Amino acid sequence: MFVAATLALLATLALTLVRALKGPTVFDRALAANTVGTVAVLLLAVMEFLTGRPDFLDLAIVYGLLNVVGTIAVLKFFRYGDLGEPGEGPEDR
Amino acid sequence: MSPADAISWALLAAGGVSCVLGAVGLLRMPDFFTRMHAASVVDTVGAGLILLGLMVQAGLTLVTVKLVVIGLLIFFTSPTASHALARAALARGLEPKLADGGAPSKP
Amino acid sequence: MLRLASLAAALYAFWILMSGYLEPFLLGAGLACALAVTWLARRMEIADPEGHPAHLTPAAFGYWPWLVLEILRSGLAVCRIIVDPRLPVSPTLVRFRPSQKTAVGLATHANSITLTPGTLTVAADHDEFLVHGLTRETARATVASEMDRRVRRFEGGD
Repeated sequence: MFVAATLALLATLALTLVRALKGPTVFDRALAANTVGTVAVLLLAVMEFLTGRPDFLDLAIVYGLLNVVGTIAVLKFFRYGDLGEPGEGPEDR
Repeated sequence: MSPADAISWALLAAGGVSCVLGAVGLLRMPDFFTRMHAASVVDTVGAGLILLGLMVQAGLTLVTVKLVVIGLLIFFTSPTASHALARAALARGLEPKLADGGAPSKP
Repeated sequence: MLRLASLAAALYAFWILMSGYLEPFLLGAGLACALAVTWLARRMEIADPEGHPAHLTPAAFGYWPWLVLEILRSGLAVCRIIVDPRLPVSPTLVRFRPSQKTAVGLATHANSITLTPGTLTVAADHDEFLVHGLTRETARATVASEMDRRVRRFEGGD
């Protein structure tokens, strides 16, 4: 059964990668990358049960944390062209 | 097959199916904003059902606690990332295709 | 002070649950880390009702189950649209005024809308939300919704 779940997640990953390659805008690619991150976390969680190695869950937690930081960093870069930009103040939020 | 196994397998199957459906939607939807809705099926329904299925499989152990933490992490960060994506796209001038054309409707 | 203690206790519980080892050295290191992070949070002034909303914990257990059911219901609706060969989408933007007063309440409302498949908060402000809906009906349903009332109750309003 875990094999079936793994296959379903791999199929999801493949379809999402097609969207990432097709684009057409950079935001479509960023969205696909974010979804790939979520699916990777789920895949790591299922792999824990598939292989019986509990360390995979810790990897999944770290990957989930990195995923959101990565997405926000990419978006900030494409919005301001600079990661050091302080972003918007409270007045235009 | 024990009842717990049956429940967990049903949850895993439902989660896997909704993940694949979300990805199909990601390919089929006509524009960026509608694609985000398809992606949110993967992020919420798919992730939630698969993690729930694994929790039933693990029982009351530390593994379940870690799965809960992963679930909370996804549930708190995924809307933030989606919101940032939508805002960035709108700020860069990506106009959503609307069914009724033009401006947002004011109720 | 009570809020700082609750933050330290939550951090320490998180450490123990994540490590799963009960050796004296690791327990001591965890306590030191929890206290250090609490001190840093106080110095950064983020251990306030907004950064660590411990007072909302009981209310969260009343709100989240309802939210989960809502997510499942609309997830099913979006899946049905995806498998429909005609792809019956009618993307719509709506603007409306949320009834929440606190920042935590507004963030909860905006995040709940985004979490529910089929609706997406594009812009969230104190006096206006801009919501993109996959269909006309889902978009309109976010205005003055059941969710709005429940989040209002969740943040402690009447």
